[in-house]
Amino acid sequence: MCVGCKLSGSCSTKGVTKCQPIIAKKTIPQKLKEYLLSTDHKVIAIQYLITGLVMAVLGGYMAYVFRMQLAFPGENVPGFGWVSPGNYNALVTNHGTIMIFWVAMPVLVAAAGNYLIPLMIGCDDMVFPRLNRLSFQLFFISALVLLASFHVPGGGFGGAWTSYPPLSSKEEYSLTPLGAPIWLMAVALEFVAFLIGGINFVTTMMNARAPGMSLTRIPLVVWMIVIASILFMVSVGPLVAGSIMLLSDQLAGTAFYDPVNGGDPLLWQHLFWFFGHPEVYVVLLPAMGIVAEIIPVFSRKKFFGYKAALYVTIATGVLSFFVWAHHQFVAGIDPRMAHLFTATTLLISIPIAELCFLYIATLFGGSIEFKLPMLWAIAFLVEFLLGGVTGIYLGASGSDIYFHDTYFVVAHFHYTFFPIAIIALFAGIYYWFPKATGRHLNEFWGKVHFWGTTITFNFVFIPMFFLGMGGQHRRIFDYRHFPELAGSDMQELRVFATVSAIIMMAFQIPFIINFFYSIFKGKISDKNPWRATTLEWTTTSPPPHGNWEQLPNVYCGPYEYGNPNGQDDYIPQNMAITTKETQTHG
Amino acid sequence: MIELFIDQYSSFSGNVDFLFDLITYIAGFWFLIAEGAIFYFLFRYRKKPGVKSEYVDGTNKRHKRWISIPHFLIIACDIVLIIGSAKVWYKIKQSLPEPDSTIGIVSQQWAWTFIHPGKDGKLHTNDDIQLIDELHIEVGKNYHYELTSKDTLHSFSVPTFRLKQDAVPGRKIRGWFKADKKGVVDIQCAEMCGIGHGVMNARLFIHTKEEFRDWQQRQPRFSMTSP
Repeated sequence: MCVGCKLSGSCSTKGVTKCQPIIAKKTIPQKLKEYLLSTDHKVIAIQYLITGLVMAVLGGYMAYVFRMQLAFPGENVPGFGWVSPGNYNALVTNHGTIMIFWVAMPVLVAAAGNYLIPLMIGCDDMVFPRLNRLSFQLFFISALVLLASFHVPGGGFGGAWTSYPPLSSKEEYSLTPLGAPIWLMAVALEFVAFLIGGINFVTTMMNARAPGMSLTRIPLVVWMIVIASILFMVSVGPLVAGSIMLLSDQLAGTAFYDPVNGGDPLLWQHLFWFFGHPEVYVVLLPAMGIVAEIIPVFSRKKFFGYKAALYVTIATGVLSFFVWAHHQFVAGIDPRMAHLFTATTLLISIPIAELCFLYIATLFGGSIEFKLPMLWAIAFLVEFLLGGVTGIYLGASGSDIYFHDTYFVVAHFHYTFFPIAIIALFAGIYYWFPKATGRHLNEFWGKVHFWGTTITFNFVFIPMFFLGMGGQHRRIFDYRHFPELAGSDMQELRVFATVSAIIMMAFQIPFIINFFYSIFKGKISDKNPWRATTLEWTTTSPPPHGNWEQLPNVYCGPYEYGNPNGQDDYIPQNMAITTKETQTHG
Repeated sequence: MIELFIDQYSSFSGNVDFLFDLITYIAGFWFLIAEGAIFYFLFRYRKKPGVKSEYVDGTNKRHKRWISIPHFLIIACDIVLIIGSAKVWYKIKQSLPEPDSTIGIVSQQWAWTFIHPGKDGKLHTNDDIQLIDELHIEVGKNYHYELTSKDTLHSFSVPTFRLKQDAVPGRKIRGWFKADKKGVVDIQCAEMCGIGHGVMNARLFIHTKEEFRDWQQRQPRFSMTSP
C-alpha cells in the first residue's frame, strides 16, 4: 500500500507503481486479525460466550457418555465406544471442571460482565481494554491446555474436579502422570485470566460511570457481577498458592500434601473449599443479576427493595467465606468444627431466601408479560428454589453424614448450577440478543426450546435425589458391584435419568439453529424492543465501537417502570423526570 | 423418609432419618410458600388490557413487612434446624460410648482390610483376625473403629448405618457404631480413590451372639505357631 496517499491525499508515485486506494476492502485474513485482536468489550464478550457455549457442548457430550455407561453399563456407547473405569473417571472429572470453570465462569462472569458493565454504566469501553483482550487470550489458551490433557499418554485426569491429594499429587495413585499436571495448569491459567478480568470489572465500575450514575443508580446485574468478581479475587489467591504446591508435589517431589513426609492432605481441601464455596456465589450472583434485570422489565414493576437487594448480596458474599468446611464434615476434621460450619451454612440461607423474596415481591402488582426472557427468568426462580432448599440437608452436619458424596449432592448441585449456568444464561441470551445483533430470536422455536429444556431437566435430576436417598455414591462407573445398588428399581431410575438427559440435549438443537439463523435472518429489532430503562437500550442495536455517539447522562434509578410521571409507563435512565416530587433514588 | 429407600440397621439410623424429615417439613413449608406465591402472582398479575402496573418500590414500612416478617421466621427455623443437626452430629460423631470391642479398618487402593480382635477381645494382639472386604460384628454391641489409609483418601461408608467417615493417610480416626438388627449389608468406598474406586466394596456381616462365636471359632489361628 502506498504511504504517500495516506499522507497527502494524492499519489506521488503515479506512473511508477500501481497505487491501491486506502479504503480497499479488507481481506478476510485482515478482518480475522482485527476480530481476534479487537479490544472492544462487546467483541470480547461474544468471544467469551461462544467459547463457553462450545465448551458446554463438549461438557454435555461427556455427560452423555457417562450417563450412557451408568444406564447400560459395559456396553458400547454410540459415539464413544467402550468406557473403561479410567475413561469414566476422566469424563466425570472433566465434565465438572469444564462446566464450572469453562462454561459457568466465562458465560456468566466474563461474557455478561464484559458486555453489560460498560453499556449499563454508560461508558465507551472497559478502562483497560488491552488487559481485557489478554484475559480472553489466556482463557482461550487455558481451554486448549485442558483439552490437550486428554491426548497425552495415560489419558486425562480422573481424580474428580476437587482433585484431592494424595490421589492427585502422586502419579502412582492417579495413573495419569501427564493428565493430572496439565489439568492443574489449565485450571491455574484460567484463574489468572479471570483475575485480570475481575480487576477490569471492578475498576471500570468504580471509575467510568456516566455523569449522574451514582452507586445506587447502578443496575443490579452490574453490582452483582462486580461483587462476584471481588469474591473471586479474594478467594482465589489461596487456591492458586495451593495449586502451585500441588503442582510441585506432582512434578518436583515436594511433600506439601504427603503425610509420609510431614505434609497433610487436608490442607488442600481447606484451600480448595475456601475458594470453592465462594465460587458458588461467584456464578450465582451474575445469574441472579440477569434475572433481576428481566423480571422488572416484563412485569413493568420497579425492583422491590433495590437497596435491600444490594445489602443482602453483600451479606451473602461476606458470609460465603465462612461456610467452606461444610464440604468436609466427614473428611477427618475435628468433629467440633462441624457445629460452627452448620450454623454459618444455615445462616447463609437467610440472605439468599430474602433475595428470592424480593424477586417474588417484584412480581406483586405487576402487569406480567410472558415473553421468552421472562419465561426463562421465572424458570430460574422456580427451579433454583428447589436447589437452595435441598442444600439445607447437606449444610446440616447430621444429615450430611449420610448424604455426603451421594447422588443427593449431585442432584442438589445440578439444581443450583443448571438454573444458574443454563437457565439464567438463556434468559440473558434471549433478552440481550436483540441488542447484540439487532435481530430477534424466533419466538416459536424459543418456546419449544424453553419447555423442552425446563421440563426434561427435572426428569434428569429428580431421580438422582431418590438414588441418593437410596445410598448411591458418586463417581462409581458400574453399580453392579454393589449388592444394595444393583437392584432393578434403582437401575430403572438411572435409565430414566439418562434418557431424559439425552432428550434435554436434543432440545438444544432448535436453539443452536435458531441462534445462527436469527443472527442473519431474524426479525429486525428496534433500539429498545422490551421498553426497558437501562442505558444499553438507548444506543443502536448492535452498539457501535465506543457504544454511543455522545455518552449519556443519567437522571434516575434503573427500574422506573410503572412510574406515573413517565411518558409511556417507564422512564429511561438518561431521561430527566420533570415533576419535582418524584423520588428518583432507588 | 430415607427409610423408605433403604433399611435402618444401626442405633443412630433413626436419628438421621428424623433429621431428614424435620428439614423436609420446615424447608418444604417455605418452598411451597415461595413457589405458591410465584405462581399466584404470575396468574393474578398477568398482563390484562387496560390494567397498568403499580408503582411500588418496597421502601415504605407496610411493604417492608412482607420481607422482614419472613426474615425473622426463617431465622427461627434455622435455629431449630441447627439444634436438630447438632444433636444428631453429637450422637454419631462426637460422643463415643464405651466400646465393647474395637476393630481396625485399613483402606488402600482398592480394598478394605478389617482387623477383628480375637478371643482375647483386644486389638493388635497375636490372635487378631484379618479379613479382606469382610467385616463381622455382633448385633447390639458398641464398636469403636480405628480407620487408617495406606495411600489415598478413602471413605468408610455404610449406608444402612447412615455412617460415613473419610480415611486420611497419616491419621488414625476413631468412631463408633452399634448395629441393632442382624443381616448382611454393603460397605462402600465413598471418596474418589482412583480407577478402582467403583469396585471398592465390602460386606458387613451382623451376627447374633451365638453366630458370632461360631464364626470366631471357625477362623484359622495364624498365631498358634508362635509361642
